[in-house]
Amino acid sequence: MAAASRTKKDAASTLGAFLIELALYAVFVTGYFFLVLHYLSGWLQDLHLHHVKLYALTTIVLIIGQAVLLESITTWLLRLLRGGRSE
Amino acid sequence: MFFPISNSHISPIYLAVIGFLIGVLGGFFGVGGSFIAGPALRAVGLDWNFAVGTDLAHIVGKSVVAAKRHRALGNVDLKLGLIMAIGTMGGAEVGAQLIQMLKRAGNVNSVVSVVSIAIYVSISSFMIWEAWRTLQYQKKRRGKGGGVVPKGDESSFSHRTRAIQGLKLWPMISLPASGVKGISLWVIIAVSFIGGLFSGFLGGGAGYIRMPMLVYVLGIPTHLAVGTDLFEIIISASYGTFSHAIKGNVDILIALVMHTGAAIGAQIGAISTQYFTGPKIRLAFVPLPLIGAAIVIYTLMTGHKL
Repeated sequence: MAAASRTKKDAASTLGAFLIELALYAVFVTGYFFLVLHYLSGWLQDLHLHHVKLYALTTIVLIIGQAVLLESITTWLLRLLRGGRSE
Repeated sequence: MFFPISNSHISPIYLAVIGFLIGVLGGFFGVGGSFIAGPALRAVGLDWNFAVGTDLAHIVGKSVVAAKRHRALGNVDLKLGLIMAIGTMGGAEVGAQLIQMLKRAGNVNSVVSVVSIAIYVSISSFMIWEAWRTLQYQKKRRGKGGGVVPKGDESSFSHRTRAIQGLKLWPMISLPASGVKGISLWVIIAVSFIGGLFSGFLGGGAGYIRMPMLVYVLGIPTHLAVGTDLFEIIISASYGTFSHAIKGNVDILIALVMHTGAAIGAQIGAISTQYFTGPKIRLAFVPLPLIGAAIVIYTLMTGHKL
């Protein structure tokens, strides 16, 4: 009985931490949409139209760069909210 | 939100949610998720060429996040992934050439549709049979009290896998991270070449065929097959993205927005694999190729390309 209630408590705290993480992540991402993508769009469109090879290279760099950045942010948020544990 | 490269208006929330769903699937099963992303992008009016190229770019980002998480869990065999990337790229080129040949012959749509339906249904049928048999066998053993079910991955197809591993075709290599003592390099190249061939022929990352082949042909434990497949997808999808971007088929801004959802979904999917055994992951995989088959059948019957 005690073990079951402890499991329920653990699950609730994990869900709570996850929801806080999602909220913080949403704030980061919204800021990112408006600050970074808004300013990048004109430059990327110009590359797409006039320097297609450079555009192709930039797409790879941007998507991998964003992946590494967002993975670091989410890992950091997880550690922060779960007191040093990443999972 | 306006995306000037593809000249389209798409809600960023829609893109992030689609990215999130595909991220969860990709992190858990080691697939690219093109069978969902392609139709989802087409549904909001994106041209077919942009849908294919943009989806590939998003797959690169999602696979980086999921593979990094799987690597932290010890689920990536780097040596195997690097060898497979060579075969995949060769296979993708041959697959693309086959498509060009069929285009010239004028029957590309019917051939690709029939082949893909046959492949999708065969994979699902085989996996449901094998995973079910393995789970029943484990249950029976537990019921008899005749021993503990081993913690490692199990498959009722393992006798065939051992026979494939026993092929002495020089050069033989070992894969210590996957627990494979010796296997012919040619078997690995053949498996990755077939995966690449289907990727070039049917589109997408072809994780639906590569992940089962890693388990059943090479004998890689399911968790490692998922992680290694994702690592390999980073290399092959980057190559595909570059190729499509040069042809003007990638709207990187759409891919970046989709990836904001996928980054978190992929981590949830990857972490979730810890809570499931190999046969259960394989059984849960079964509906994915069937969804692919249903999309192709719908396209054939209605004439609308999803």
